[in-house]
Amino acid sequence: MVIEVRGLRMRYGTADVLHGVDFTAERGEVVALLGPNGAGKTTTIEILEGFRMPSAGHVRVLGVDPAKGDELWRAKLGVVLQSWRDHARWKVRELLDHLGRYYEPYGTPERTRPFDTDELIKTVGLEEHAHKKSGKLSGGQRRRLDVAIGIVGKPELLFLDEPTAGFDPHARRDFHDLVHRLSDLEGMTILLTTHDLAEAEKLADRILVLAGGKIIADGSPDQLSRQVEGQSEVRWTQDGTRHVHATDDATAFVRTLLGQHPNGISELEVRRSTLEDTYLELVQRFESGQMTGQEVAAL
Amino acid sequence: MNATRHAVGLGFQRGWTEFRHSLGSSDQVFNLFIAIAYTLVLFFQKDSKIEGTTLSLAALSLPSMIGASVAFGGLVGPAGQLSLNREDGTLLRAKAVPNGMVGYVVGRVTQTSLDIFFGLVVGILPALILIPNLTDAGFLGWLAVLPVLLLGLAATLPWGAIAGSLAKSPQGAMGFTMLPMMGVVAISGVFYPIQALPGWLQGLGQVFPVYWVGLGARSALLPDAAAATEIGGSWRTFEMVGVLGVWAVVGFALAPTILRRMARRESGADMEQRRQAALQRGMG
Repeated sequence: MVIEVRGLRMRYGTADVLHGVDFTAERGEVVALLGPNGAGKTTTIEILEGFRMPSAGHVRVLGVDPAKGDELWRAKLGVVLQSWRDHARWKVRELLDHLGRYYEPYGTPERTRPFDTDELIKTVGLEEHAHKKSGKLSGGQRRRLDVAIGIVGKPELLFLDEPTAGFDPHARRDFHDLVHRLSDLEGMTILLTTHDLAEAEKLADRILVLAGGKIIADGSPDQLSRQVEGQSEVRWTQDGTRHVHATDDATAFVRTLLGQHPNGISELEVRRSTLEDTYLELVQRFESGQMTGQEVAAL
Repeated sequence: MNATRHAVGLGFQRGWTEFRHSLGSSDQVFNLFIAIAYTLVLFFQKDSKIEGTTLSLAALSLPSMIGASVAFGGLVGPAGQLSLNREDGTLLRAKAVPNGMVGYVVGRVTQTSLDIFFGLVVGILPALILIPNLTDAGFLGWLAVLPVLLLGLAATLPWGAIAGSLAKSPQGAMGFTMLPMMGVVAISGVFYPIQALPGWLQGLGQVFPVYWVGLGARSALLPDAAAATEIGGSWRTFEMVGVLGVWAVVGFALAPTILRRMARRESGADMEQRRQAALQRGMG
């Protein structure tokens, strides 16, 4: 088990940000953490990274309590946080090379550390900017440098907090390929947060939805969409009129439809609900549940 | 490979790289400004003699300026950089890398020391070239001033780091190092003889390192007879080492704890908050 979290609670002053978060991640798994703004995603990640002390709960990252993680433990982690503007005067190659060298003492024969600087620069597509100051990079280029720094030590576990914010579609596609390569070839476990649900669906083996300080859903994208009912939409044209019908069982509906009207049905289209629909439904359900709770409490 | 020693080595490289970066940057405007100010002051002082001696006022001011520059840079430099590095995420980056904090601190000390000594050379070299007979200090005198300056650095650097750790913003760090430091410099006998101040101000001035670094620099660069112009008519070398030593020892005893506490609390969310505050101030 690479990540093990049980009953994690976080309280700032009198406000509870996390109340009882539970989840695990296995070696090589790519896990996406989704949730509305302020749900506690960044707080959760920062606790796992050892940057923040939880109020209560059992947390193990690579078998170690992050609050007590030493430098050897630190060397096995890769961290990409939101919005970094550090080292603006350093050139891309200079900075990546410097930071990579801190990992040299932690290499093993099976896992040499760090990555080769020039190869890594090529991997994240910054070869044209290798000798540019990092402060002069565009938002997307800077983000790619942050990702490169995050993986330069060849981590066993990589944290990505909104890694593709500010990427153009092309850079985003390249980044997705990179994540697949890292998890397949290097056996990296990856925990990422994102607001892009298509991205989560594409990258993640498993999706966690965090809302109101709790994990409200945990499963593969497929499992999640099955949790939400009425998930398919059937559209067709009959005698020049467009029809739309939502159904649990699209197959049965279409069979009946075609049985009743052997002719005259055209432009038949079955659309399964997207992860976005599922996600919105889940969060909405949770929030309305919470609303009722509050209403009950008010009575 | 010992990872800590390795990180210390990386820290030296880091300090050197950052010093190189600052050479080609706007930081040098400050050095240029200091050079012009020092040269002008020394130029106007070169013809006035100190009463009862053949020593020019400029010859007396030169070592005092050297001392003040080191003490000033030792406090204000690290305070500003540290608070800036907390805001821009450099510190958090150091935390995310194994032994990164060791590299960061060694790098910062290296870079600040290089910065200060380079600033010093740039600051006084024009005066030494342009004003003939400014000083008759020989090679040995310049050699003797080095340990004094290193001691002065040791007495101020940790306090600069403490100020940078406690400040909420770079502006705050500047506010509570720069302003008090200007006051301290004013009563430390750098530009104005300390004996001419009221007694209680003389006493206050002698509490802080600036006066003592200046005194130490004077003792190294001026002829022995000039000691007569000092408080007590002596260079008070023993007291100089004592006062600077106490500042250094207390500073180095406190700084690691305060630095560690600050670093432990550092997180992405705090950094983001400071970034937002900076954007609101229009400094983003």
